[in-house]
Amino acid sequence: MGAIGGCLLILVIGAIFCAIWAIWRYNGLIGLRNQVANAWKQIDVQLKRRHDLIPNLVSAVKGEMQFEQDTLEKVIQARNSAVAARGVADAAEKENALTQTLSRLFALAENYPQLKANESVRALMEELSSTENRIGFARQFYNDIATRFNTAQQVFPDNLIAQTFKFQTVELFEIKDAAERAVPKVDLSIRPQPGA
Amino acid sequence: MTNLYEQQKRNIANTRLFITGFVLLLVFLGLSADGMLYAGGFSPGLPIATLGALCVGGMSAWWSLHGGDRAVLESTRAAPLDPSDPPQRVLDNVVEEMAIASGLPKPAVYVIPDADPNAFATGTGPEKSSIAVTRGLLDKLDRDELQAVVSHEMSHVRNFDVRLMTVVAALAGAILLLSDWGRRGFGWGLGRRRDSKAGGGIAGLLFAFVWIVSILLAPFVAQLVAMAVSRQREYLADASGAQLTRNPLALASALEKIAAEKGPTPSIKQGVAHLCIEDPRGGTLEQKDGWFANLFATHPPMAKRIALLREMAYQPASPTQK
Repeated sequence: MGAIGGCLLILVIGAIFCAIWAIWRYNGLIGLRNQVANAWKQIDVQLKRRHDLIPNLVSAVKGEMQFEQDTLEKVIQARNSAVAARGVADAAEKENALTQTLSRLFALAENYPQLKANESVRALMEELSSTENRIGFARQFYNDIATRFNTAQQVFPDNLIAQTFKFQTVELFEIKDAAERAVPKVDLSIRPQPGA
Repeated sequence: MTNLYEQQKRNIANTRLFITGFVLLLVFLGLSADGMLYAGGFSPGLPIATLGALCVGGMSAWWSLHGGDRAVLESTRAAPLDPSDPPQRVLDNVVEEMAIASGLPKPAVYVIPDADPNAFATGTGPEKSSIAVTRGLLDKLDRDELQAVVSHEMSHVRNFDVRLMTVVAALAGAILLLSDWGRRGFGWGLGRRRDSKAGGGIAGLLFAFVWIVSILLAPFVAQLVAMAVSRQREYLADASGAQLTRNPLALASALEKIAAEKGPTPSIKQGVAHLCIEDPRGGTLEQKDGWFANLFATHPPMAKRIALLREMAYQPASPTQK
């Protein structure tokens, strides 16, 4: 076995290592991509839960909050249009409007101590505020996992794998402009970034 | 985020390291006993004491991983959560929220009928875990603080602390048991040797010395290791809990309320101490700092934990400090 044979052997071993590394990183990226998709579904589950709870709450507080019919009407309207929303961007907007009308309803309910004394109303309020928390935490988890996915695609040398197999970075929830910072508004769309 | 995953990996590696250490300790206990037997003129051909010690250790570790969590819950008289009771319903919701925030399956939730505020997590990992809180915790903490405590426990689950601590506790228990048997056996051995007058000479004395030292020291060493592991995990659980809620101040104020209740948590036995958010023995060890407290406490000093959490929220270390 001469020098050429030795060189060939080294090349073959190097190629095998490269292939093993590529498979390992590719599988890692696939795993992350599925986690991102799963985190995304979790947000949907919680939004659905919110849609289901709202009619119950409204009918439970209707009697006591007679002077707030307008607000209750708006909550129901916002809920119905959120349920009927088509597409991700549309849903994001409608859900956001719903969050705002709901927080107004919660604030107004503070003025009705007899509501708080009512066991079933209190239980519904707890369920709904827990759902609001869950939506928030589901988005937070989505952002964390999406950031890991994006970072994994961008660091060297993993970016070679990501580019070869056309992985795309996902967008995070963020507050778009200063005026909206007071009431958090989120962009629910997963779109590839222009540069990716 | 990355350092959290590194921490998880390190924890899994630590588990192997600690188990290896404990196995070596068991082998040492067994070998010195075998040496004694051999020097005493009793040679069965196999190192029976060593094999026996390994058997006891292996069985207790296996048992702790398959049903040890249930035994812990039963020892505290923890009852499964009753969702019809409003405060327990809130707890159920809070656990669900933290499971979502950490991206893990929701653990089983239990309530312990005890007025002292305390909480612990147990299980073998994220796939199979339980969180138990006392009734006192539900009554004394507000929703945000309860969420913070659950986030701390959820972090123990996520970081694989529950499995590490379960195994460490089981092995420390096995060593305690063996050295107890060893002490009894030694007394019996001395009695026999005086009768038979078959001395083993210098070797026999040497083995006897090693054996006495090891049966006296082994449980002590095991205990110290278990406590060191526990303390180290608490800071991490505080920090990663705050990462889940993004609200370190809620955990700080929860810890203040828990620390203000000086009494012990009678429902929680000493064997479960290292799993709790606060030492249930109600001692003063965790109010102190210094090498002695550092050696023997299962938890780091409360004031230090609170100060670290307040630091995360850019607040002065204590509310009075300006």
